[in-house]
Parts: sequence; structure tokens; C-alpha cells
Amino acid sequence: MSAVGKNRTHESAALHVSGEARYCDDLPELQGTLHAALGLSPIAHGHLLSIDLELLRRQPGVVAVLTAADIPGENNCGPLLHDDPILAAEKLSYLGQPVFAIIASSRELARRAAALARQAIRCEALPPVLTALEAHAAGQYVIPPMHLSRGDAAAALQAAPHRLIGEWRVGGQEQFYLEGQISYALPQEQDSLLIHCSTQHPSEMQQLVAHALGWQAHAVQLQCRRMGGGFGGKESQSALFACVAAIAAHRLGRPVKLRLDRDDDFLITGRRHGFDYRWQLGFDGQGQILAAEVELIANCGHSADLSAPVMARALCHFDNAYWLPHVAMHGFCARTNTQSNTAFRGFGGPQGALAIEMILDSVARRLQLDPLLVRQRNFYRDEAGHNTTPYGQTVEDNQLHALTEQLIASSDYHARRAEIAAFNASSPLLKKGLALTPVKFGISFNVVHLNQAGALVHVYTDGSVLVNHGGTEMGQGLNTKVAQVVAQELGLDMAQVRCSATDTQKIANTSATAASTGSDLNGKAAQDAARRIKQRLLPVAAKLLGCSEADVCFAQGQIGAGERRLSFRELVAQAYLQRVQLWSEGFYATPGLCWDREKLQGKPFYYFAYGAAVAEVLIDTLTGENRMLRADLLHDAGQSINPALDIGQVEGAFVQGAGWLTTEELVWHPDSGLLRTHAPSTYKIPTANDMPPDFRVSLYAQPNAADSIHCSKAVGEPPLLLGFAVLLALKDAVAACGPAGCDPLLHAPATAERVLQALSQT
Amino acid sequence: MSTSPPTTIAPRPIRFFQGGEIRSVQDLAPSTTVLQWLREHAHCTGTKEGCAEGDCGACTVLLGELVDGQLQLRNVNACTQFLPTLDGLALLTVEDLGSSQALNPVQQAMLDCHASQCGFCTPGFVMSLQACYERHCEAGSRPTRQQLADDLAGNLCRCTGYRPILDAGQAMFERPQQRINSAPITAALQQLQQDPPLHYAAANPAFQQRIDHFHAPRSLAALAELRLALPQARLLAGSTDIALWHNKQFRDLGELIYLGAVAALREIRSEPWADSRPGLWIGAGARLEQAWAALSEAAPELRELWLRFASPPVRQAGTLGGNIANGSPIGDGAPALIALGADIVLRQSAAQRRLPLQDFYLDYMKNALRPGEFVEALHLPLPAANQPLRAYKISKRFDSDISALCAVFALQLDADQTVRQARLVFGGMAATVKRAAAAEAALLGQAWSAEAAALAAQALSQDFQPLSDMRASSDYRLRVAQNLMHKLWLETRPEQPLLAQQSRIWQLRSQA
Repeated sequence: MSAVGKNRTHESAALHVSGEARYCDDLPELQGTLHAALGLSPIAHGHLLSIDLELLRRQPGVVAVLTAADIPGENNCGPLLHDDPILAAEKLSYLGQPVFAIIASSRELARRAAALARQAIRCEALPPVLTALEAHAAGQYVIPPMHLSRGDAAAALQAAPHRLIGEWRVGGQEQFYLEGQISYALPQEQDSLLIHCSTQHPSEMQQLVAHALGWQAHAVQLQCRRMGGGFGGKESQSALFACVAAIAAHRLGRPVKLRLDRDDDFLITGRRHGFDYRWQLGFDGQGQILAAEVELIANCGHSADLSAPVMARALCHFDNAYWLPHVAMHGFCARTNTQSNTAFRGFGGPQGALAIEMILDSVARRLQLDPLLVRQRNFYRDEAGHNTTPYGQTVEDNQLHALTEQLIASSDYHARRAEIAAFNASSPLLKKGLALTPVKFGISFNVVHLNQAGALVHVYTDGSVLVNHGGTEMGQGLNTKVAQVVAQELGLDMAQVRCSATDTQKIANTSATAASTGSDLNGKAAQDAARRIKQRLLPVAAKLLGCSEADVCFAQGQIGAGERRLSFRELVAQAYLQRVQLWSEGFYATPGLCWDREKLQGKPFYYFAYGAAVAEVLIDTLTGENRMLRADLLHDAGQSINPALDIGQVEGAFVQGAGWLTTEELVWHPDSGLLRTHAPSTYKIPTANDMPPDFRVSLYAQPNAADSIHCSKAVGEPPLLLGFAVLLALKDAVAACGPAGCDPLLHAPATAERVLQALSQT
Repeated sequence: MSTSPPTTIAPRPIRFFQGGEIRSVQDLAPSTTVLQWLREHAHCTGTKEGCAEGDCGACTVLLGELVDGQLQLRNVNACTQFLPTLDGLALLTVEDLGSSQALNPVQQAMLDCHASQCGFCTPGFVMSLQACYERHCEAGSRPTRQQLADDLAGNLCRCTGYRPILDAGQAMFERPQQRINSAPITAALQQLQQDPPLHYAAANPAFQQRIDHFHAPRSLAALAELRLALPQARLLAGSTDIALWHNKQFRDLGELIYLGAVAALREIRSEPWADSRPGLWIGAGARLEQAWAALSEAAPELRELWLRFASPPVRQAGTLGGNIANGSPIGDGAPALIALGADIVLRQSAAQRRLPLQDFYLDYMKNALRPGEFVEALHLPLPAANQPLRAYKISKRFDSDISALCAVFALQLDADQTVRQARLVFGGMAATVKRAAAAEAALLGQAWSAEAAALAAQALSQDFQPLSDMRASSDYRLRVAQNLMHKLWLETRPEQPLLAQQSRIWQLRSQA
């Protein structure tokens, strides 16, 4: 019986459903634990003049008030550039920026005192820049503009028989991890700290805390057993809270916990970048794209954070599934006085790919062709000249055509297109729409050196196995998959393999669990560790079984050669007596990657994951209200290690992507810059009633051609892009209300209001 | 704080059943939430905090109470319940269902269906599913997938996309039945019923250890007397809003008079209207779920509004009287009740007075309540059959979303289709829930026709200059309000009226 390729329950499922799974805030608090809360800037832009510390210190329960002046090391928690203060020092850059920290005897008292920020902070307001277009007009960026081009777009545009000029906009998206940001810092002996932190990037937290304290990294230990969701929001932006808790704990010599209230979490942390686009397109009468020039303007917020790699990924995904002979892309990372935007599942990829999908839809409508046909005509093809991305990587193992054909058939696309046309002809108020959108998503960090991972496998003398790796568990089932890989390697039952908390004292210098690479990297590293142990056990086993090493087989908890068997437990007990090392480290670095970050050329991705979705929607033409009726998803997870978990990722990502493009609207006050949608009461993520009542999800069973872990493919981010189909179906329904060839302008998120707006233009 | 007679009831600890025994709490501020108590004091960390405003459901717990001697369970959000409101009740959390080594059918189904990913929302889903499980086991029924989705409208999951959770909701009934053991709970609740009414007093560390009082009278007379004696005290019903004043705004709640222990206030009964038409009496303390059930029975057109009013855990905690007295311009209760012609019944000591509900609202969050007075009930005439009545709620999301606008329209037509009476009531369009006077005037005495509806729609721009906010723009609100007049016409015109499935996108729900 093999451990991989099976539907295995999430390793923590029994703990989840019984409430026994421990998240950071569930750990028993040490005696003397204090609680922190942050005082936030009441203005979006200005100068900090002073803080009334006396007012704050005399509030009930307050033990200490910390400001930027109390940070012993560097006042920065930015992951790449040093432009992100932990606590604002002189400049106030957005409404909600942490300015001081209250440390109090209880969380409630800390929060009450912190809520006096408006009274305690004296500041001088300056006019804020709140939208990306304003910042772009003023040339205000967090990093210099980025350009990625191929061929001569300008000349090809001039020569094209048809041209399209357009503008479009998509909003940002809040991660809305159910467990908010939290760090719990515990002073240890000899000026060191243990920090429990809900983070996707323990090593970076360790480093940033060390910098903030002016320490060496070895004095800071970060642990994360699990997160209650991350989605990118805990990649870089868990740092501020880890740093504040650490500084306070060290200064006061007491454990300090900082757990954000949900509203503060919204006000302080960033999210998916909203994008504005301006494009020019040249195409022929068949809908074949000849040239594209596009500006992508991202609202980055007040600091760089991860905006540079997010924009790089957006530029590398503008092509999505399509061959673009001449293309010029310009990425602008606009600096605004809002929360600093960051990673969110897809990491710019969705914002890049969605633009070309909107463009192709417009092309098809103007030519009065089925958008699906236009998409297929532009697909990358397995022929020289039509299989190279604008950034120079060859599209190998192209599954777009076959996968799309399979979905067209299984979703009954063409018959439903006709049925919907008939429905719309006879329905005066309600209209339906249908769309099929494909996905091609590049797997690997866009920065070569991040594509590495370590693991540590311990085999104990009773035959039980403990696995540790540098990845973090945020619900995606990484620990389950890694345990499956190790169990498979050693021929063990899953019950014998246990994964433990991610810990910077076990695996050093880890990359973030991000870019969908968790299983690819850590699975390979754990496999490497298990193989090393197995290599050491082989001679022992061969000797015990009286056979050659080549004949020894590890399976079902048994070590066998022919008829002869011994248990794994017996083998390791014997090996221990023979002083064989029963634990091992493992390491993996993705091969063959190269990337020139100046020219944006190279092979940034180890392989591509593919998928496609068909969505059918219904709109109310009097109110713009809309809903999804059916969705058919077909997604390429390679040869899945755990189909149940992968299906879960595909469905969850799709619903999340659909939420981004429909109900999840972020609204900032146009004058003050206050984020007005700062809690689930005002920011609406999908509920059970928003999933399509008819939901058909399949994995595309095709092993990865690249040498990935058990020929699987990464599945965390790519299916988020399947949600595009919902937006395009909404546009299809709106277009059904207008004359033939109409191309309504439907911005995203397509709330009821935006749908009605679009309808009024048809 | 007061020398009035009712407060001379000696303070006593809060007593409730939890974790298999009767708990007694006496030193925590009355504003301590049930969630705070569970996590920080009882160290039961299975119940999670996701938002602390009753919108995500991660803190869903079950409350048990005896109704006519029978144990009844309801799922509520622990973050918006204050600890003293537990007095006399049972509190059940995920820890009471089954351990990881011995899962109960709900938990096992969730596991089997791969219905948890990050797991943080999971205990809340388990508790909502458990409430559903108990209800259906009791009734011998099974929920449809649609009913399950409606039951889970107050639980957010960001990982799964919900499909496996709905699967689990069906699979839990396939396993051998194993319900919550009600015997020890019932026995404990019977014992707690012997306690005198609660007067709780404890120091509040947020206010220099001031002693805060919490009164929970059990009779209408005792409540009326307390209200008169403590006109400055705050009335607390379901606390689904007031808890946010505490959790999010840090407002000083001061002395609290709790309405939830007054059984008479929860009464829902037939009560003839003044002209001897049949009528419906809904006690101010009736929980939203029961109140909406009664309203929807009287006027089936309100059913969608019921389903979309907050979420089950909020409806199981909040009261219709609280929703009405709170008087938010975006509350969905008032538009329905005003359209139906409801009176609000107010009480001061033994004296009752009544007002048409629309006259109760004076201005933004201002009402006609006098000092010492409280809302006793809503009383309404049952709508006549075959007269146009429609309710529309417009929001970004179907479930548990505050209305951008809510419109409830009731017309009375003569035999010749002349509009004899029109009640066109809007929430979200002005500082209070308001009737559209000009639009109503445009309809009165006219034949009900497309032209009349268009004139009324036009007149709405005289009635309303709505605000722009994060829910919708002013233009959208007004335009949709006008479009809804047209929709009303299309749905109620004498010739070929549009059926619900031709005009309502949510109508297809039940077919799924």
C-alpha cells in the first residue's frame, strides 16, 4: 500500500474538529504574561509631533508604553527594502499605521488604552495620496518602474488591422485569514527569546526581530505549529507584530502577547494589490493578437513590502495562456497613503492574467465571436515561435489545448451556450452569462535563491518517525503531504510519521511557505532526508536478511527480501545498536532556474500548472444583483500526492477568486483615507450560499513532466485564477442585454452596483 | 448606584451549567463576554475569536435553556454575549461534543469529508452543524443542502469553499445517531431555576474598579418597576449590537437591565387588531428567529428577508424589539413592520401607550421613548391575502450583510385596481427607516398600472437624497429604489405578473 496518491485526512483534522488544535492564542499563557495593543495613526499622511505618554501611562492596567525611540536596533520590518518602520517615528504614512504600543495587564485594558491614540497623538496633517492613479500621475512609486517587452509592439500596433484602446480596474482583496495576526514572545536566558508566531516565514521573522533588538539571529527562536489561514498575509506582514512583542518582552523581562483585533488587523496590514490598467491592442479579424502594450499600475500602499516581486509576477503572467508576438508591458508600483499591500495567493499573477482575459473578451465581443474561440486561437502552441513567453521561457509540456477540450466536453459548454441564449431571449428581467477561462501559472519563486528547502527526519528506536521541515502549515495540508512522502520512502504507515511545529532551531534559513512551492520544496527535502536514512539502513537490513542491498524492500512497515521479513522497528533497533545514525537532514534546491531581474528574462519557473473553469451566472437587470449557478473546474495538479487535499485547494481557491471579483470590495474614505470596510460586517467574503449550487470539480490526471515530488504539481495558488470565469460570465450576462457586438465596461469587483452601472452603458 | 427598591435584591454570583457542572462566577465585570470567559478564564480554547462582532462564527457555542421543561439548544456567537446573560442557562462548546480520540457524528463527518483546512473556523461550524443535527434528530427530518447552507450563513470559512462542509452536514446523519446527553443538563437547569432573579455586581477594572450592576428581572412588573427606578440604566436584550459598543468602541455600558429573563416579553400570540381584523402580537423580547418565523407565516413574502436578516446565530440571540428600539436606519425589521402597519407598544410602569411604528423614529438613532419607558411589543394587523406585498433587500452578499437598501411595499387595491392605500417603506435611504410620502401620494387613488408605478418611482427622488457609503452610492440607491417600483409592478400586475423565478435571482436556490 502506498502512502502517496491517496486521499489522506489532514494530519490535524481530528484536532480541528474537536477544538484541540492549538493556535498561538491557545497555548497556555506563562505566569506574568502581559498583553500588547497598538495605537494607530489617526491620519493618512503627516508629521508626528508628539505622543501624550502620560495620558497613556495612567490608563488602568497599563504597564508600559513603547514608541519608536524604545526600539534598540533598527526600526524596520520591511522584508526587502528598509522602508517599513515598526512604529512610526516622524512620518505618518497611512491611517492605521502603528505609532505606539501599549503593554498592559490584560488585552482588554491594553486595547482600551491604545484606543486613545486619537487623543494621545499630536500630528500635523498633509494631503494624502489615496489612489494609484493619483500617485502614478505624480510619479510617486515605491520602486522604479519595471518594463518587460518582446518584439516591436509600437510598430505592430500601427500595422494591425484592428486596434483596441482600453482602461480597466480591479480592486484589492483582504486575506481574511480567520485567525488574526498574533505573536507571543517569551524571554529566555542569556538575552534570548522564544516567539510563537502565526507566520508563513519563520526565518524572516527571526531575522527582523534580531535586527530590531540589535541581536544576532541565534538569540531568536521562532515557532509556528499552525496558522488559522495565511493566504500570503502572514508572509511578510507578521513581522511588525513579532517585533513589537519581542521588543516589549525583552524590555520588560516578561512574556508579551500581541493579538490583533480584527478591525486593527484590517487597518494595519496590507492585502492583494488593486490594479489599474491602460492598454492598446492590435489584432486581426480572427481575434489573433498581434501586439499589446499595457500599463499595469499597482496600488502598493506606503512602502515597498513585496510589491517588486508581486509586480514581476504580474508582468510574467500577463500572457497567461497566450502567445503574444509583440508586447510591451510597463509595471508601476504606485506609492499611496494606505496600508502596504503584500502577498496574497497568486502574488500578482492573477492581476496580470486577468488583464489579458478582459482584453480577449473585448476582442471577441467586437468581432462577435465566442470568447472561448478567440482564447483558443491565441493559446501557446507546441511550435517554434509560438511557445516562448515574453520573458524568454519555453512553454514546455503545454496542457492548454487538451485540458480545455476536456472541460468543453465535460461541461457541455456549447449546448449550454445555446440554452443560455434561448433563456435570455425569453427572460425580460433576469439574464444568464457563461464563460470559460484558462490558467497557466508559473511555479517557483521568481527569485532563484528562494527555491531551496531543508528538512530533518528523526527515526526513534521504536520505529516512530518525526519530520520537521522549513515549511509552515496554514491549512493547505503541507504537513500531511510531507508525512506521506516520508512514509512512502520508508514504507511506513502514516500513523508512524508525525510532523512537528516549524522551528528556526531545527531548520535554518528557510524560505517563506509561499509561491505554491511548499510541497515541491519541502517534500523533496524531506524525501532526501528519508532517503539518506534509508541508505544507512540498507546494509543493516541486507545483513539481517542475508541478501543484497538491491533486494531489500521497504513497504507496509516491513523490510523484506523475498520471503524474509523484519519489521521497521526491529531494523532500527538493530541499527541503533550498530551505532548507525537514525536521523538525517535533507536539502533540496530546484534545478535549472535562472532569472535576470533587471531585464526580466530567463527561466523563472520550474514548470507551469494549468487549469480551466466554466462559470454560469444569473443577473438581475433592475438591481445588478448576481449569483453563480454552476461552475465546472478542471485543474492540473500533476500526479496528485493527495487528491482530497488538492481538490480542497482547487475549490477553496476558486471560491476565493470568485469572491475577490464579486462581493469583496474595499472602500477607503475619499478624504480621510480611512478604510471603511474593516471587518466582516462590511467586507463580504463568500458564504456557503455563494458557492455554486452545481459545482463540478476534477483534477486533470497527467503526471508532471518535470522531476517534481512524485510528479505532482503545486496547487496552492493557480486555481485562484479559475475564479476569472465568474467575472467574465457576469460580463457575458451584461452583454446579453445590449446590441450585438457591445462590449460593456465592468470593473471588478463586480458588485451589484457595478453590474448595474455596466448595464446602463449597454 | 441606586437606592430604589428593586436593586435591594442582594447581588449574587452568575450561575450556569458548563463543562459538566454548575459554574459560579462572581468577580468578573458584567461586560465580560462569554468568549473572554471561555478562553481567558475557563481555559476552553476550542472556541475561537475571529472578529469579535458576531460576523464570522468562529466562536459559535450552544446555549441550552428549559422551555416548558424541555431542553432547547440554540447556536449563538460567544463574542457578543455578556457573561451574566448565561445565568440559569447551559453553555456547550466544542469540548462538550467529543474529543479527538472519540469524535461525535458531526465531528466525524467533518473529518471524513475533508471539511477542515486551517481548522480555525471549524469548531464554529461544528457547533452550528450540531444545532442543526439536534433539531433534525428531534424532528425526525433531514436538512436539504440549501437548508444547510442557510443554517451555516453565520459561519465563514476562508479555505474550503464550503462544498465539503455541506457534504459533512449531510453525512452526519448517515452515522449512528448520537445526540447531546440532555439529562444532566436538564437536571442542572432545573436546579438553577430555583435561584432568585439575578442581580450581579462586580468591579470593573476598566473604570477604576467601579462596581457595575447587572439586573435580570423575570417578570414584566419587576422589569417595569426597575426601569422606572433606573431610567439611566441601559436596557440590554440580545446584545448583538451593544456587545460591539463594548468590544469595538469601548463605550461605557454602565448599569444594565437585561430583558432576556422576562419570559412574558418573549411571547408571540394572536391578538386582534383594533378593527377586529386578526392581528399578531410579538413581544419585544421575542428572538429574531421566532419573530421572523411568525411574520413570515403571516406574510410569506417576507421569507427571503428572514433568511437574509443577519445570520442564524445572530437571530437566535437578537430580539425584534431590540432591532426596532435600536432604530438603525439600515435595520431590516422596521421596513417590514411599517409596511404591515404595525404599532409599537410602549410601557412605563403599568401604563401602556402605542404609536404607529413610523412615528416612533424621530431622527437618526433618535426615537420617541420617554424616560422610564421601554418597548413591550410590536402589534400588527395580519395582511389581507391577495393584496400586493413585496420585500426586497439589496446588499453585496446574500447572507448576513447590511442592506444597501431594503424596501417593503404593501398596496391595498380596490376591486377595480385603484390604489386605496400604499405603504412604500425604505431602509438605507434616509436617516431613519421611512415611508416614501411623495411616492405613496403619487399612487393613491390611481389605477395600479405601469404608468402609476413609474410616477411613484419618479417621486422617490423627492422623498430621498440617500447617502453614499461603503455599501452603495447615492445614485445606485435611488436608481434601484426606482427600479424596485417597476419590479413591484411587474410582479403584481393583474395581467401576466412575473413569477418569482422570472424576477428573483435567489429563487433558483431551492431547486439546487
